[in-house]
Amino acid sequence: VHVIIDNRGTILHGFGQTLELTLVAGLVAAVLGLLLALLRISPLPPLRWIGTGYVTIVRNTPLTLVFLIVVHGLPELGLRGSFFTRAVIALSVYTASFVCEAVRAGILTVPPGQAEAARALGMTFGQNIRLVVLPQALRAVVPPLTSVLIALLKNTAIAEAFGLTEATGVLDGLVRDHADALLPVFLAIAAGYVLLTFVISGLARLIESRTVLSR
Amino acid sequence: MSTSVLYDAPGPRTRRITLIASIIAGAGVLAGLWWVIHRLDSRGQFDDVMWQPFTNSGIQHTILVGVGATVKAAALAIVLAVALGALLAFGRLSEHRLLRIPSAVIVETARAIPLLLLMLALFLAFPRSLGAFGALVLGLTLYNGAVLAEVFRAGINSVPRGQSEAAHALGLRKYQTMTLILLPQGIRAMLPALVSQCVVTLKDTALGYIITYPELLSSGKAIFNTYFNIIPTTLVIAAIYIVLNTSLSGLATLLQRRFVERGPRRVTAVAGPAGTLGAPAEVGLDATM
Repeated sequence: VHVIIDNRGTILHGFGQTLELTLVAGLVAAVLGLLLALLRISPLPPLRWIGTGYVTIVRNTPLTLVFLIVVHGLPELGLRGSFFTRAVIALSVYTASFVCEAVRAGILTVPPGQAEAARALGMTFGQNIRLVVLPQALRAVVPPLTSVLIALLKNTAIAEAFGLTEATGVLDGLVRDHADALLPVFLAIAAGYVLLTFVISGLARLIESRTVLSR
Repeated sequence: MSTSVLYDAPGPRTRRITLIASIIAGAGVLAGLWWVIHRLDSRGQFDDVMWQPFTNSGIQHTILVGVGATVKAAALAIVLAVALGALLAFGRLSEHRLLRIPSAVIVETARAIPLLLLMLALFLAFPRSLGAFGALVLGLTLYNGAVLAEVFRAGINSVPRGQSEAAHALGLRKYQTMTLILLPQGIRAMLPALVSQCVVTLKDTALGYIITYPELLSSGKAIFNTYFNIIPTTLVIAAIYIVLNTSLSGLATLLQRRFVERGPRRVTAVAGPAGTLGAPAEVGLDATM
């Protein structure tokens, strides 16, 4: 146990990295995913194909492979960036496809009468989406988006294999020096993840109850 | 599926605008793709040397061995995870607190920690007895077992209460109620999530790359470490994963069309006691999974 107390700085720093990755990649993925969802429901067929193609390709590729391609592919395109930037890009590219599906599913839960009524009032596609459909869809989207965010939190662990010492990387590093302390270190880090997961789902429940009240 | 309620049927003018905007959007995407391809080409990523290895039968064999190892790990993990998931689900649904609480704790923790952390810990704890393959399969089993336990539980809970009450009234035991009444009807609700979890498992075998189990992605590593063609290799490997996973999801859609969407209609058609007569056939479905 003294290993944990001695290295609490390292462990906390690891979770700091994990949180930072989750938040930044989560924001980028939310924007990208919303755009993709709009592409998938747009009136222009090529835009729909782009959205569908992106989601099909990315969702069926393992995240580890997405990491490999981004980490080694971006420099080939002449785009350089730190490991952190590249990890954020890999995580957002991957997570955006899941955000897109969650948002699209939310849009499909809005009763068709709502969109029809908006059209009958003479709203354009843009007004319809922005003023009528999305505000109602976002409510239905909170629970699935929470699952996506929790999945993202756990997926940041893969960045460990690509040179970032976030929480899982800390386990890898500490155990190399203190081989006998594997169990306590594992339990401490696992507890950290469980705690973060609880915080996220607790916040989500709060948001959910607020949005339901405002209905 | 239709989202056409979002906009009116296009008139001639809108059709013209749609066509023009489509062409512009398409051209934009093509330009972006062209830029990527051009950059990669100028870095020599499309030179014959880079792609030559894939025509070599030895390399093709390496890739096939990798596919085999990936499928083997995924299949074993799925079978074990279904068994573990069923056990944990029954544990959580049990009336005995001694079964219910430990099952709930296992399910909630296994779902909340990263799979990679679990695998790494298993691999570091038992490097000899488990090895990379054991750590990969055991990690996948624990994680997916926990996820499937929730899928099973939700499926069982989706069966109307009246069904189990009626079964008890007829004098069926708890075990009989579960296997004869609840499971056959719950499976319909579980099936889509079950198959999509299979896709997740197949994808997650790629974590074997990190804990050095020689699966498909590791085969790719062996290739690009020899030929220094990381971009072509990762693209080829990605294509293989996409084909594997889309065929698995295709199977899911097929199963769903066959059993889920048609299911309820059949039940209402043979309403009443005949509904239980349909059960043996659908337990058979469980056996074919």
